[in-house]
Amino acid sequence: MELKGTNISFKYPLAKEYLLKDINIHLDNNKITGLVGDSGVGKSTLCEILSGYYTNFEGTVELDGQKLPEKEFCPVQLIYQHPEKVMNPKWKMKDVLEESWNVDDNLLSEFGIQKSWFTRFPQELSGGELQRFSVLRSLNPKTKFLIADEMTTMLDAITQVQILDAVLKIVKQRKMGFLLVSHDMDLVNTICDDVIYFNDINGI
Amino acid sequence: MDKLLDVENVSISFIQYTQGLNQRDLKVITDLTLDISEGEILAVLGSSGSGKSLLAHAIFGILPENANLNGKISYKGKELSQEDKEEIRGKDIVLVPQSVNFLDPLMKISDQAIGHTDSDEERKAKKAKQREIFEHYNLGPEVDEMYPFQLSGGMARRVLVSTALLSNPKLVVADEPTPGLDEKTVQETLNHFKHMKEDGIGVLLITHDIHAALEVADRIGIFYSGYVIEIALKEDFTGDGENLLHPYTKALYKALPANGFNLTKGHQPLHGEIPNGCPYYDRCEMRFDRCKDERPELLDLGNKKVRCFKYEEGA
Amino acid sequence: MADKSKDVSSIYSPIAKMNLRTKTLLTIGLTVFILVAVVITSLFINSADITTNFNAMNQAPSFEHLFGTDWMGRDMFTRTMKGLGLSVQIGAGASILSSVIAIILAFVGSINSKLDSFIAWLVDLFLSVPHILLIILISIGLGGGAFGVTMGVALTHWTSLTRILRAEIKQINTSEFVKLSQRFGKSKIWIAKKHILPLVITQIIVGTILIFPHAIMHEASVTFLGFGLSPHEPAIGIILSESMKYLATGNWWLALFPGLALLIIVLLFDIAGENIKKLLDPTSANE
Repeated sequence: MELKGTNISFKYPLAKEYLLKDINIHLDNNKITGLVGDSGVGKSTLCEILSGYYTNFEGTVELDGQKLPEKEFCPVQLIYQHPEKVMNPKWKMKDVLEESWNVDDNLLSEFGIQKSWFTRFPQELSGGELQRFSVLRSLNPKTKFLIADEMTTMLDAITQVQILDAVLKIVKQRKMGFLLVSHDMDLVNTICDDVIYFNDINGI
Repeated sequence: MDKLLDVENVSISFIQYTQGLNQRDLKVITDLTLDISEGEILAVLGSSGSGKSLLAHAIFGILPENANLNGKISYKGKELSQEDKEEIRGKDIVLVPQSVNFLDPLMKISDQAIGHTDSDEERKAKKAKQREIFEHYNLGPEVDEMYPFQLSGGMARRVLVSTALLSNPKLVVADEPTPGLDEKTVQETLNHFKHMKEDGIGVLLITHDIHAALEVADRIGIFYSGYVIEIALKEDFTGDGENLLHPYTKALYKALPANGFNLTKGHQPLHGEIPNGCPYYDRCEMRFDRCKDERPELLDLGNKKVRCFKYEEGA
Repeated sequence: MADKSKDVSSIYSPIAKMNLRTKTLLTIGLTVFILVAVVITSLFINSADITTNFNAMNQAPSFEHLFGTDWMGRDMFTRTMKGLGLSVQIGAGASILSSVIAIILAFVGSINSKLDSFIAWLVDLFLSVPHILLIILISIGLGGGAFGVTMGVALTHWTSLTRILRAEIKQINTSEFVKLSQRFGKSKIWIAKKHILPLVITQIIVGTILIFPHAIMHEASVTFLGFGLSPHEPAIGIILSESMKYLATGNWWLALFPGLALLIIVLLFDIAGENIKKLLDPTSANE
């Protein structure tokens, strides 16, 4: 499986200068790739483009030669840094999780999620607990490629290990692709097989 | 080195509606004890959403209406009442906020930094002082005329830091000063705290970022489920973490990618679910029977503190 | 803050001991009770009961006739109650209708951006014409009477709620959880129903209740000017315009009590609306 971004350029509608210029990026499911770079240089925007959040960019994004669908479930899923922003504050956690798919009990315990949290609202759980939900929600069986944008930056080291350990198990088991975006070199060196430096691929 | 701030057994709870008309008292901070001396940087390390920022709110007396504060917060040996806090905040004790969003977006930087003045002379004096400090932090005269949105990340941080220093504070409280900054700006920000320390200012650094804490702090208070479970020295975070005392701190240290990326199961008990005994009981590998129902106090071991029965006799 | 518990326990009045939510609910309950009581009372008053009695013409307020009697000897209290009941019913009809219009327009706008600009233009158009003029025009155009007035008020009062809902929905639509929901393949209608509706329901409820006072006042003023309800209906507007003629002769009670009653009803709706807002607003909900 191959996620391929070709000649991606992007600027915000009213901006004068390009944020991303002529980016070519090839990712596959054989190795875990890390994307490293300073914050505020467009890493997150690139992640959003690769997972179908934008349509107004130049260039193409293809998964196995196919464009990403706009109206159906997107096989490339993005995990954000702040889980509380990707959850409707009026929803109970059960609804939040099941918006994507029905998770079996095995996986719940794999991710350290307690059934008793299901009846809580997002603001009643801490960032670490929310991120477990957010990650598991994106691991819908239809997901082929997972992009983690600073997924564990706001978490403590122990929760970081727990979540990444659980994710990597599933990624290997289902032969999914995984892109880890982080500014933490130690982390990238520990779990990634390959590293891409953002400044090297961005033609600005 | 004189003690500046003493926080003893502080607990903070919120009155919340559960269902219908019933209210409950939700404890977010159960027992927080720490102290800061002149020229010392103390980091409070806790995961995001754990409620550690409430400590800053408690020190400045800006907790919301439905919050209940118990325990003692003293400044230079004198217990602070709400009035005292209102009196000394912005003068002896200042806050370095998380981002420029805390500034008034429609006011020029220099005007905000100077704040309210009663006379022209006072204004001139303050302006001169502001210029001097801004200059010291490499902020040219053009910055005075800018609005907050025009500042870059590093500049914004310097503005926040230098504005905080305008009132010649003795104690600086920094609430999560590093997230969302690039490596260089983080480094720069941390250097500011080091400079403050050299000038004899005490710094309370509230953060979830263990790297930042280890980089600048002299001592690190570990915050777990509403408790300070250990106050360790920076030097203890070396080797295999054998000098760290609390099992959670050890696990945290070993979970760092550079130190083994070790997996520890379990999660911090949520607010309102904290057991009677030790908050770490469920996950602890060296627990005793008594830990289940008996809550350990924070033991004073000279320059370190730990909340664990294991160190009771050995102390 | 530490001594807050002491403050509370030192006050022994039962109302002071209640938490804010109980107090708010009590206020809402009381206002709703009065309003419902007014409507029910008015429903039991048969227009035929308001008999003319020339033996009791122009009497000042007494225990027999609380609000006095008019120039035909009719009991003003009964007339006022009947009129208020009518006002509340018209108000209810008009505000529910106008929030239905607002909800439909706001949600349609969220799904189609071209329609959205059209709706924005429509809002501006309606806001640029004076309310009272539009109400009179629509009311006459639809044949007047209770139906005409209700429609007139409903068709002029949807603008502010539409504006609020549009802005709110726009903001929710840019949130990360909506964007993610789209990546999960959810349709815009599904998102509108599941994600947006629960987040704007507060505004809808409060908005609807706060249209009430406007609707009632406008109904009364249009009727007062003679363009609304027909003169044989016991509406407050009619009562007030009729009593104008008798004010000069010193019959002050003819205008004072009905006018005051109208004011109180309007205030009650305002109080109910504000309190419900306080209850549903997360920033004040835990006080």
